[in-house]
Amino acid sequence: MSEVQSPKSEVPGRHFRAEKFDFWSFFFSGLTGLATLFILGILATILINIIANGWPGFSWHFVSTTPKKDFFDIHTTGVFPMIVGTTFRVLVMTIFVIPVGVITAIYLTEYAPSNSLITRIIRAAVNNLAGVPSIVFGLFGLGFFINFIGKNLDVLLHNANAVWGQPALVWASLTLAVMTVPVVIVATEESLKAIPPGLREASLALGATKLETILKIVLPQALPGIMTGGILAVSRAAGEVAPILFTGVAYYMASLPTHLSDQFMDLGYHVFVLSTQSPNIEQTRPILYATVLVLLLLTFALNIVAIIIRSNIRRKMRSLH
Amino acid sequence: MQLSQKEARRTPGWMGIQRGHKARPLEWLAEKFIFLVSLSTILMVFLIFVFVAREALPVFLGDTDTALVSPVIPPAEMDHHSPAELEKYLELTPAQFKAMDHDTLMSLMDVKVEAANDIPESFRNSRDARINTTEWRYLLLPHQWDDYQKPEYIWQPVGQIKKFNIIPLFVGTLKITLIGLLFAVPLAVGAAIYVSQLARPRTREIAKPAIELLSGIPSVVVGFFALLVLATVLQKIFGYQTRLNAFVAGMALGFAVIPIIFSIAEDALTSVPRAYTQAALALGASRWQTAWQIVLPAALPGVFAATVLGFGRAIGETMIVLMVCSASVMSWSVFDSARSITTTIAAEMAEAVNGGPHYRILFMLGALLFAATFVSNMIGDFVIHRFKTKLEGKR
Repeated sequence: MSEVQSPKSEVPGRHFRAEKFDFWSFFFSGLTGLATLFILGILATILINIIANGWPGFSWHFVSTTPKKDFFDIHTTGVFPMIVGTTFRVLVMTIFVIPVGVITAIYLTEYAPSNSLITRIIRAAVNNLAGVPSIVFGLFGLGFFINFIGKNLDVLLHNANAVWGQPALVWASLTLAVMTVPVVIVATEESLKAIPPGLREASLALGATKLETILKIVLPQALPGIMTGGILAVSRAAGEVAPILFTGVAYYMASLPTHLSDQFMDLGYHVFVLSTQSPNIEQTRPILYATVLVLLLLTFALNIVAIIIRSNIRRKMRSLH
Repeated sequence: MQLSQKEARRTPGWMGIQRGHKARPLEWLAEKFIFLVSLSTILMVFLIFVFVAREALPVFLGDTDTALVSPVIPPAEMDHHSPAELEKYLELTPAQFKAMDHDTLMSLMDVKVEAANDIPESFRNSRDARINTTEWRYLLLPHQWDDYQKPEYIWQPVGQIKKFNIIPLFVGTLKITLIGLLFAVPLAVGAAIYVSQLARPRTREIAKPAIELLSGIPSVVVGFFALLVLATVLQKIFGYQTRLNAFVAGMALGFAVIPIIFSIAEDALTSVPRAYTQAALALGASRWQTAWQIVLPAALPGVFAATVLGFGRAIGETMIVLMVCSASVMSWSVFDSARSITTTIAAEMAEAVNGGPHYRILFMLGALLFAATFVSNMIGDFVIHRFKTKLEGKR
């Protein structure tokens, strides 16, 4: 720090701006900037590559056609049953995941004593659940839902005929629900924390009970956040393939799933099948790109919506504090 | 206002307004219900562990057997063996064993002898057909197989003699994960430093969500991209032989891990108190010097936690590695194919017989994977928690 000058010779304030050019600072700042650019470049490359190559094969016909057994032919193929399958499994999942996630988030923000042991264990469990590999969820679905619950249900209800004790839509959805609970919890918690304490205090001061306050004041305010959580969970689940590999997905189904115990076809799994099991990769390339584009539209569009809602919440939160 | 300790204890609830369950039973019930539902997250983690481990339990207990030829006890020597030995030999449950008389047992022994005679001659003399390949020494140590020159680590779960050595899978997982992390950590941490410390607010508001958007790309799509585009590009640059190898898989894995490491590291760097930065800048340090010498050391535990959590995510990633490489080769070379634990489970579970030794071993691999990510999550969370409380304490 040899550059320190006597305060007398300088106008106060001017000294701050006189940053000397330092090569190494410039170099390393540039390096980190390049790292940022590189990551953004990866994102852009993936997106542009998929959109540019997928667009020609993407049409209403492609989205609405049910393919025959051979789905490697560009003219007769389509992804309609896969879109239906993915939508179904995700919708069934939300029925399970939203209530559990929202209620847990309410407990953590509104009721839980902030530093007690049980709160910390619940938080650790949530964090852990978020970090469990997706394939382990698949094994869990197979070991718990199918081999334990399903088989026992069959013994109780169907004289041990395999109805529930095999891969099914409902088991895939439940497995995904367990996987996405943390997503809903984190998003809901964030939006609950963004609500000013003044609102709760006002409600209580007017004589409402704690439960009434939560149901009538807090939850309506937190609705956008809960929606974000739901959307993020849906977009995460829609793209996941590993957890459903053993719990319900089918390589080919002649009909659409109509019952919770049916198997289903799936977009993400279809991408996997097309890219690894195609007899002629050059010929299936257009179908593959178009399928990926459909999957990306489904998951990515949802993600962007969630990010917009979330940034609105964050801005609101910042203006309150 | 100073409350005495006694008064403070009397109004414990939320914002001091709570009248106890006697006044409002519904309120009390709802609270208990909410509490119980939130406990379900703990239950889920517990169930995952219990049910994955349950399916793997026979491997841990040594109850699985793959030996094709087991030593035959001639029916005449039946009386020389204890009932417990016979029970195990005839694969009977204790109840079944008790229900049978001597003659039935004798005829069962005959059946055993006949079954042993049905095994082809080539197997009866093979040394490998006699061993139980699910024992720990065959799972972990190299073994001299019949048709091989020297003791080797082999994972080959199909065929007559099933070889379940899990070391190649461990090596493959480690190889791919380390490549992924070596690629992702510098990039993600560099970007985090730039976005949190050096960039203008405008840039930050665009760059941060954009990088986080990368995590919104499904892993099957990243795998597809690596398979079709990245593999070709990397092969052109580096000019290696095998097009699909651990290097491509690791790079693709890096794409998936970058957003996680980035957002945790960025969070840690941002949570360093502004006073640190301002003090450094006031002393005449440049922005880079401040970021490198003041903010980064202060946030180092957070950056470490980001790496650990990224590691947990990387060893658990399935679809990317499944699509890019699959052959299980025992090799430390980066440009050879490799097979990770996750890939093995995903690819082989469909063909494994429900309840058979292969199925059990796949579940055991899953349990090990769960344990590994559990530990890395715990370390990561613990470090972040410590880091945050320390910073808050200093404020």
